[in-house]
This record gives sequence, structure tokens and C-alpha cells, in this order.
Amino acid sequence: MNLATTRAGQALPERREVAAHPHAARLTLRAIGLGYLSVLLALPVLMVFLRTFEHGLEPVLAALQRPAFGSAFWLTLQITLIAVPVNTVFGIIAALAIVRRRFPGRSLLNAVIDLPFVLSPVIIGLSLVLVYGQTGWLGGALGDLGIQIIFAPPGMILATLFVSLPFVVREVIPVLREVGTDQEQAAYTLGASRWRTFWRVTLPSVRWGVIYGVILTTARSLGEFGAVAIVSGKISGRTETLTTHVEERFLAFDLVGAYTASIVLALMALAVLFSMTVIQAGRHDKGNH
Amino acid sequence: MTSTTGAVPRHGPAFGRYDGQGLLGPGLAAGYLALLVLIPIAAILWRSVSDGLDAFMMAVTSEQALAAIRLTLSLSFVVMVINLVMGTVLAWVLVRDDFPGKALVNAVIDLPFALPTVVAGLTLLTLYGPQSPFGLNLAYSQAGIALAMLFITLPFVVRAVQPVLAEIDREMEEAAASLGASGPTIVRRIVLPNLAPAMLTGAALGFARSIGEFGSVVLIAGNLPYRTELASVYIFGRVEANQPGAAAAVSVLLLLTSLLLLTAFDIVRRRISRHDEPVSA
Repeated sequence: MNLATTRAGQALPERREVAAHPHAARLTLRAIGLGYLSVLLALPVLMVFLRTFEHGLEPVLAALQRPAFGSAFWLTLQITLIAVPVNTVFGIIAALAIVRRRFPGRSLLNAVIDLPFVLSPVIIGLSLVLVYGQTGWLGGALGDLGIQIIFAPPGMILATLFVSLPFVVREVIPVLREVGTDQEQAAYTLGASRWRTFWRVTLPSVRWGVIYGVILTTARSLGEFGAVAIVSGKISGRTETLTTHVEERFLAFDLVGAYTASIVLALMALAVLFSMTVIQAGRHDKGNH
Repeated sequence: MTSTTGAVPRHGPAFGRYDGQGLLGPGLAAGYLALLVLIPIAAILWRSVSDGLDAFMMAVTSEQALAAIRLTLSLSFVVMVINLVMGTVLAWVLVRDDFPGKALVNAVIDLPFALPTVVAGLTLLTLYGPQSPFGLNLAYSQAGIALAMLFITLPFVVRAVQPVLAEIDREMEEAAASLGASGPTIVRRIVLPNLAPAMLTGAALGFARSIGEFGSVVLIAGNLPYRTELASVYIFGRVEANQPGAAAAVSVLLLLTSLLLLTAFDIVRRRISRHDEPVSA
């Protein structure tokens, strides 16, 4: 009877209550856990929504129509639209290399991919300035060619690529391991070319991992602050993203402006969260792939 | 696990193109990583000493820098301990308990991963800032920084413990109970030892995240030198003040310290897991 597999987040099947967890203890833990979540997560998020609309809709609409908000919004979207596809393609290539290939330095490559997770965004921004800034290793030469990276959108794209690099790789690797190579080998024996096998067999079999990785990459790209703040110089109307716009409005004592931009970002985050939940459910319902 | 499941058969004529020898993919991946990650990190290492060793020493022994690093490490540690407790409680509630709305609660746990950090900071300020409806103003205080760190690191321990707790064979607990063990004894002697490695893994990830955190704390902390200035904010300040050498030197110190601590955690985790083997086998 204990063979029924359970997984995180799913209602457990009815069981005989273990004496170790009497009713009172269970209710206490539930109260502590849910209380902690409300105080730390739920109430603050609700409060932002209340505060944003406490003076009605008009100030919010005015904040949405500010040119600085508009340009920050579009720049954020553009950066995300470039960073996500690039890191998705890289992520699939890197995952295939790590799982399916044997080459010297493979485990080093595997380790380096996680670096963006443990580095402070500030340090990431600084490292890019040191390479691509005016006095950086490559910045001078690029500047002579008339290419400006730092304090311009290209640097912000680089920073976003850096911080969101590991997500697709990390989501695709376990799926690739799990699906194995049987189907690909069958395709090869039947005479399919490498490309055809990739498009028709490999990619479809890892699609849930790719989609989940893309969602995480998107969330991180939309929300990156520290690294982008350093490389962008936060020039209002030119190199401001939604996140740096929030900070700029806050420091200018325009709380409604800061809250409005925050809400736009929070709604995007909720959309991300929603798709994550739906996709997790979809993945599990497919059973063992 | 790294090398076994991914292994590809190396022979057989039909798989000639599939022998794992092609280097185009690995080459592309390595080149991209080198350009985007490795060269910039090398630039930090180089820049930290390029003004000479004296400049490096001066930067990393500056009172303000050391105070910032001390504050970062101690707050991250406190946050990690709270996460170990609360993360495990939440995981337990999500796996072993059942109540209406549990699926929603489970989804909300990931919110800190989805919400931009600066929005998280502003969010906390609306409830625990100068305009707090409870009159609880944590702005510009170390408690406020800890709160922001707790917010952004919430999912790590929960998500590490949850699957392990769901897989634990409950017959062990039932056996202990039928032999007369009390609830607390079962938790202490059976449940916690089984969860400990996962708890520590999640805690270490959260610790690494707290050490580097910037976006969520920058608005709350007020960044008063010696009192509420974190290492990442200090480094940001050096960059803004056009002192990239000092910024790089403190970055290197911060990186080495956190690397050292994470290695220490890993050793503890391994020791605990090994000690645990006879129990879980």
C-alpha cells in the first residue's frame, strides 16, 4: 500500500495517520508555515497592489504614459527577445555536448556553466566593464571601431546573457539523460541525417525541458537588476530597463511611478509562475516521458 | 550519475556519426562560455592586482570593506539557519499535510524566483518600511536586510527537501512508532537524518545567493557604511566612484570567502550523508 508514488506538491493519498504526527502537531506546523509565507510573501505583494491604486487609477495611467517608462519597457523587451533565443540555442548545444560527447574539459565546462548562479550580479557587471569598458581589455579597440558596449544596450544584453546562461542547460541536461539515445539510433539506422534526427527526434523529446528553461531564462532576463545597473549607467530614456526604472522612480520620491513599474514586472512574474505551474503539471502527466 | 547514464555506445557501424567524437558542439559551447564568462572573470582577477599588490592589500584591508563583508557573511548565516528551519517546515506542510488551496501555496513558493529582486525589495518596503501599516519600520536596519534575504532565498530549502521527503519510506516511521517511539524522537532520529543532506544542499544554495544579493537589499538597506552596507553594495559603490581596482580586489576577496565556506558546507554535507547510509539503506 505504500507503493503509490507521491511527488512534491501533490495531495497525498489517504493514509493511516502515523502516531508520530498527531493532529495538534500537524495544525501547529501548518499554521507556522502558512503564517510565515503570508508575512514574508503574500501580504507584501498584496500591499504593493493596494498602494499602487490607493489614489485611484489616474496617477497609475500617468505613470504608464511617461516616456521614460515606455522606453524602459521596450528596451527590457528587446533585451529579453535577444537574450532568450541566444541562450536557448547555446543551452541546447551545451547540454548535448555535456551529455552526449566525450571531450577533454567536459566536466570543467559543466562546472563553469553554474558560475552565474554563484556570482553576485554586481561582480558580473564589474567583470563586463573590465573587459568591454573604455579602459577594458577589448573596450578600447572596439571603441576605435565606433562600437560602444558599456553604457549602451549591447553591454546590457551581454549582462543579461551572462546572468541567465545556466537555466536552459540545467533544465535540458536531466531530460537528455533520461530519454537516452535509443530513438536517435533508430533514426540513424533508418537513414535519417544528423539534422533530421535532431529536429524530428532529439528536440521533440526534450521539449519540456527546453520550454521550462526558456521560461526561467525569460523571468531572469526581465528582472535582472544589479549587473544591468552597472553596465548600463542607468541613463534615463536611453539605457534604463524596467527594474532600474523602478529604482530611479523610488529614489526620485515618485512612489506611484515606482509601484506602477513594479506591478508591470510583478504581473509578468505571475505570468511566468503560472506557466511554470502549468508546464510542471503537463510534464508530470506525461509520465516517464 | 554524471558519467553513467549519458554514456553513448562507442561502436557499431550504424552509429558512425554518433560516436561522441564530433567537436563542433563542444567547441561552440566552450567558445561562448569563454567569451561571456571566463574572460570577464579573468579580467576581475587581473584587475584586482594590476595596480600592484599594495593596492590590493589596501583595498581588502579597508575597514569599510571588511565591515561590509562581515555584515554580509553574518546576515547570510542567520538567514541560512532560519531557512533551514522554516524551509523544512514548509516542505513538511506541503508533502505530509493536506488542506484546501495547497496547490496554490505550492506554486507561490516559487514567486521569489520569478519576481525581479528590486520589486521584491520595494514590495517588502510597503509593508515593513516607513509607511508600514503596523508601524513596523525595518528600513535602513540589519533586520530589514535579513528580511529581504529571507524573501529571495525562500524556495531553496523547500524545493531541495520536498522531493526527498516525498520519497522517504514511511514504514520506517510507522515501525518506530509501533515500537513506542514518541513523535519528537521519530523526527529527530529518523526523519531529520534522512532530510539533512537535502536541507544542507538547499541551505548552501541560499547562502551563496544571499552573499551576492544586491537588487532586493539596495532599497531597504539604506547602505550606511559600517552599519547596513553589504559587500555587493560596497563593490557597486567602488565602481560608481570610479575605483575599479578596489572593486575588483574586494570582489576577489568576497568570491574566495564564499567559495571557502561553500566547500566547508559541502564537506559537512558529505559527512552527514555518509553517516546516514546505514540508516537509509
